[in-house]
Amino acid sequence: MTKNLYLWVIPLLPLVGAAINGLFGRRFKNAMVSAVALLFTAVSFGWAAWAVYSVWPGGATAHIETLPFPWITAGSFSAPFGFYLDQLSMIMVLVVTGVGFLIHIYSVGYMSHEGGYYRFFAYLNLFMFFMLTLVLANNYLLMFVGWEGVGLASYLLIGFYFLKDSAANAGKKAFIVNRIGDFAFLIGMFLLIQHFGSLNYDTVFGKIAEAHFSPEVGWGFFTITALCLMFGATGKSAQVPLYVWLPDAMEGPTPVSALIHAATMVTAGIYMIARSHAIFNLAPHALEIVAIIGCLTAIFAATMGLAQTDIKRVLAYSTVSQLGYMFLACGVAAYAAGIFHLMTHAFFKALLFLGAGSVIHAVGGEQDMRRMGGLRTKIPVTFWVVTIATIAIAGIPPFAGFFSKDQILGAVFHSPYGGPVIWAVGVITAGLTSFYMFRLWFMTFFGEYKPDADLGDAHLAPTAHAASAHGADAHGSGHDDGHGHGGVHESPWVMLAPLVILAVLSVAGGWVGIPEFIGGNNKIEHFLAPVMESPAVAGEQPAPAMKVLDPISRPEEKPTNEELLLAGTSVAAAIFGFFFAWLLYYKKPELPDRITSKIHGIYTMVLHKYYVDEGYGAIFVKPLLALSTVVFWRGVDQGVIDGLVNGAGATSKGIGNELRRMQSGNIRSYAAWVAIGGAAVLAYMIWLGVK
Amino acid sequence: MVHQVLFIVFGLICVAGAINLLLQRHPINSALSLVVVMASLALIYLLLGAEFVAAIQVIVYAGAIMVLFVFVIMLLNAGEEERTRGSRVALILGVPGVIILAATVGWLLVTGSGQLGSVTIASSDFGETHAIARLLFKDFLLPFEITSVLILIAIMGAVVLGKRES
Amino acid sequence: MVPLSWYLILSAVLFCLGVFGFLLKRNIITIFMSIELMLNAVNLSFVAFANYWNTHLDKLPSGAQMVPLSGHVFVFFVMVVAAAEAAVGLAIIISVFRTRETLNVDRVNLLKL
Repeated sequence: MTKNLYLWVIPLLPLVGAAINGLFGRRFKNAMVSAVALLFTAVSFGWAAWAVYSVWPGGATAHIETLPFPWITAGSFSAPFGFYLDQLSMIMVLVVTGVGFLIHIYSVGYMSHEGGYYRFFAYLNLFMFFMLTLVLANNYLLMFVGWEGVGLASYLLIGFYFLKDSAANAGKKAFIVNRIGDFAFLIGMFLLIQHFGSLNYDTVFGKIAEAHFSPEVGWGFFTITALCLMFGATGKSAQVPLYVWLPDAMEGPTPVSALIHAATMVTAGIYMIARSHAIFNLAPHALEIVAIIGCLTAIFAATMGLAQTDIKRVLAYSTVSQLGYMFLACGVAAYAAGIFHLMTHAFFKALLFLGAGSVIHAVGGEQDMRRMGGLRTKIPVTFWVVTIATIAIAGIPPFAGFFSKDQILGAVFHSPYGGPVIWAVGVITAGLTSFYMFRLWFMTFFGEYKPDADLGDAHLAPTAHAASAHGADAHGSGHDDGHGHGGVHESPWVMLAPLVILAVLSVAGGWVGIPEFIGGNNKIEHFLAPVMESPAVAGEQPAPAMKVLDPISRPEEKPTNEELLLAGTSVAAAIFGFFFAWLLYYKKPELPDRITSKIHGIYTMVLHKYYVDEGYGAIFVKPLLALSTVVFWRGVDQGVIDGLVNGAGATSKGIGNELRRMQSGNIRSYAAWVAIGGAAVLAYMIWLGVK
Repeated sequence: MVHQVLFIVFGLICVAGAINLLLQRHPINSALSLVVVMASLALIYLLLGAEFVAAIQVIVYAGAIMVLFVFVIMLLNAGEEERTRGSRVALILGVPGVIILAATVGWLLVTGSGQLGSVTIASSDFGETHAIARLLFKDFLLPFEITSVLILIAIMGAVVLGKRES
Repeated sequence: MVPLSWYLILSAVLFCLGVFGFLLKRNIITIFMSIELMLNAVNLSFVAFANYWNTHLDKLPSGAQMVPLSGHVFVFFVMVVAAAEAAVGLAIIISVFRTRETLNVDRVNLLKL
């Protein structure tokens, strides 16, 4: 606690890299740009690793460092530049820097033929800076700086191909939808300031602990604050109702999708809820709502993923669905399970996205799965890593996804905020996840390679990618020029190496959380325990609701049979999903069309993502646009403001015009004016005399 | 009594001449009416005992200036006035303004006439020429000399302005 | 015997008639003559007051000094200036007539904006 680890260096290094690349990168060669970016990211990762090692395994209190100069002091409120290293942020910082570093390496290969190379790495480093600020901050306000900053970086990177309308619009959509959530986050922060007078973690959580609040029964202060924070998290972590930006965000280059929209930025909301667990634990209603939203998002997105034909879109909906799982975990107060799933998801989702990028690179820019197939033999390394990732996400042991998903589902089943119904929905979602992931796997790697498959059906995916599949992805067009051949080829080693590393992590990453009933000792939960347990709970008789929340204090008398049964059910669901995918997309490929023609109505609705985007457009966007155009633009801006300014000009002109009539050139009128003037003077003198 | 009657007679002649000046359309008639006005004014000056002023009124004003006017009218062969659209300002603002002023002044004078006294010819040496000359060449010498320069300038100006462009 | 105010009223009436002529007539020369009429009216007023002060010198406010005959002298100067002005003015009218071929004052409106 006393040793100064200079934690501020960790976020600062990528910022320096971003500045160098941003200001001077235009003149650098590609090699120089990537060297700068990789260097700073690598050193940041190394520093983070050293810092974690220094405070390992961490105690009951966090390691806090504050910079000596103040940031904000306004009356009684002050916010410092402070950095907070406890077990939770240790995990987050290692995930962010580690996975970030791997994706940087991958991008060197993936973006090598792209224009704006230096811009990409500058933005990527900028993103790392903001994300690290977010996870290392010691107060909500600094976290909010990082929060907004990653939104900005996301906007810049989604709209990287800014000349494309769809990409620019997607960037705007992401930023604006995020802002809606941020507004709620701000309200939550204001409530915290009002109640606690500070936004520092130790101040707020310490006061909560001292005061020994009992969980609220109704809708009091903590519930409202928690709901505001949760709404902010739904924006950043793409939950219902603010998830609509994430599928469109696939317009950005694939490494961006991997880093920001799978592994790190979207997890910020989960991190924030886990960090605020003290507040959430006191607001049972809020937890229920979190759980319901998480569950709803998970299954909703899974159904949408079933019908998508663009490989990245499937992964996007999968991300939304898995984030729903994490939200659900937080909603049943199993924060450790949520963070565990966050970590494993980072590994296999990043691997899936990077693998998809590798596939897209191999087929020269095509992203529609109906034009892929049979790539197993052509790009074997990619095939194997994607296979590992698919098995991991499907939740089949002993790969990573199984352990984290099982922990979540187990917590859901036993929690008063979850219960068997939500657990069942979770299991069904697991089955759907397995189904659509293996569907992707089969469609991409098995069958025969059909690059010229007919996509012309009117009712198929109306995304921009399907409509303009050839060369729509600027990456693709660049690639065709670069390689100039029509063959499918494996990616260069600079892209494959991170894939392999991530594959290893996807296999082994779950082994830190092997639950007791199988024989492990659930290292990650014990690791996070000091964070998740507030000291007050450990010392005294907890309220009955809280007793169940705390996974550690769950008594060991829970029968392991039940645990095994729950785990077995989810594995069975996963295998069912695999079976159906094998049936529909390998054994009898004509079945899907027959099925979709039978349920044409439902299929169309799912294909169009339940018309949510259209709904939002009609309910929110159109009226706001109309209001803005009619009232604010025409009414206020043109009418009032321009009217005032122009009116002032017109008035002077008018007055001048009237006064001009005195200069008529007509002598008699001049004579008349003279006479009038003289008469006026005389009258005045007479009046003076009379007085 | 006699003075009052005389004053009224000559005053009426004055006003009649002035009104005629306005009403006539040909400028020569207006000029002749003006001569009438000046002549009756000269008589009124006599009533006031201003002999010298009456004399120079007839000699200079009626005799020289009005003759000049008549010369110019005849030279330019100005015909009758046409009706043209004039200035609305003059009609709308000017005329009522002046009427109001005249009425005000008149009213003031009539109501205040009690404070003012009446005018008589006190002594026969009041408006005498040599008294005026004494004033002119002693107290008002500077203005006198300046006016002579003014006349010189006026002559030069008139000559220059009247010359034909050649 | 004749109240001073009568002379002043006559002077005012003549002056106003002169202003009317100045405003309403269209011929330049007639306008000029109206100006002369105004000047004459003022002359009358001066002479009347000269006579008045001659007999009612006690009515002056204390401390003010006046030579009653200066009214006549002033009339003298007015006439001199009127003569000069008439000469120059008529010369201007002649030159205007030469260029504009008209004596109608409404036609001389080249300075119109």
